[in-house]
Amino acid sequence: MSISTSIWVWIAALLTLMIYSFLYKENPFYRLAEHIFMGLSIGYSVVILWYNYILPRIYEPLFFPPHQWSLIFPILIGMMTFGIFSEKYNWLIKYPLAVYVAGYAGVQIPLQLQTMILRQAEASFLTPDKFTSLFSSFNALLIFAGLVTTLIYFYFSAKREHGLGGASQVGIIFIMIAFGAAFGYTVMARISLLIGRMQFLLQDWLGIM
Amino acid sequence: MKKRVPLLITFITGFIIIVSFFVPHRPFGQLETETLIWYAIIFAFTLVIGVDSLVRLHIKHIRKRKKGWWYSIVFFAGFFYCLTIGIISLIQTPNIFQPGTVFFYGYETILIPLQATMFALLAFFVASASYRAFRARNIEATLLLIAAVIVMIGRVPAGYKLWPKLPVIANWIFDVLQIGAMRGILIGVALGAVAMSLRLILGIERTYLS
Repeated sequence: MSISTSIWVWIAALLTLMIYSFLYKENPFYRLAEHIFMGLSIGYSVVILWYNYILPRIYEPLFFPPHQWSLIFPILIGMMTFGIFSEKYNWLIKYPLAVYVAGYAGVQIPLQLQTMILRQAEASFLTPDKFTSLFSSFNALLIFAGLVTTLIYFYFSAKREHGLGGASQVGIIFIMIAFGAAFGYTVMARISLLIGRMQFLLQDWLGIM
Repeated sequence: MKKRVPLLITFITGFIIIVSFFVPHRPFGQLETETLIWYAIIFAFTLVIGVDSLVRLHIKHIRKRKKGWWYSIVFFAGFFYCLTIGIISLIQTPNIFQPGTVFFYGYETILIPLQATMFALLAFFVASASYRAFRARNIEATLLLIAAVIVMIGRVPAGYKLWPKLPVIANWIFDVLQIGAMRGILIGVALGAVAMSLRLILGIERTYLS
């Protein structure tokens, strides 16, 4: 057993234990670690904001040749956000918000259509290359049935009759299996993080393992 | 002026981005890149508002000596620590994420372990949630339980030791049984997102302006 002599390992270990103390109940140690984490995260966001946005997109294009003077317009629109600090001019925030919302919505439409709707539907189509063996054919049919019945389950614009009710019942079976698998996967991901922290405490900090 | 102009801005900006996706030629192709740069710049200002809001809240806590106000001092200690190492790294090197910089070191040794511990804490809560979710009360809940248990056990070495076929079954559930339903859910979510985006661009949805 060789306990670590690094001050950073000790800090990380004590912070880890402080956070785990929440499992007993909310206490000052946990809140201390929580606020350190919050402060660090916000500080990190500010550095990222400067490094990824302000420096390459505003400062460098404006102050170094070839000067992109057209960027003054988005900067002015962006500065309207600060109208929120004034009671008289707080309506100014609606302008940058409009650009922001429009940008998001405009990007989402082609993106969702292409990557989520068309690609997912295309991948589920019953094409001849999916029927190379009995097992692959069975799998392709299962995937297709899963997709169609799930969509039927979420289709609320028609009464559940003439086969729709039965199909939506099959859909719920697929959905529950999918949720179970996703839940199991999430649990395992969290457990692996926990194992990582335990390894850090026992191996890097206490040197037991 | 206060409502119609923002609605017009939303419509024109949204329309340009959509058209430029389908017409990648001049002037639309160029307009898309330009609009996305504008979008990123405006996004940066909104981030400033978010940071400012949190900083103001903690200053208020300290000024008014609210209960637990000293936690706000701890918050500022963390905040200025990260800011300082960021500035030092920016002076030292143009790439602050380069291994060896103070910022990278601070990120690797403090922020990542803290993040991992916070997420690992969820393992305990997920375990208690599983107990409630996995009670086999009906056929649907039983299916959820069986799928989750097979995926959990099948993805660890113990599962293989128990029955070598278990990881194969877990992978089959993951790659075949769940994929159809997940695709269905994804398509549903995407259709919802497209409908909502259209409502925003056409000015039917105006709650963001109120």
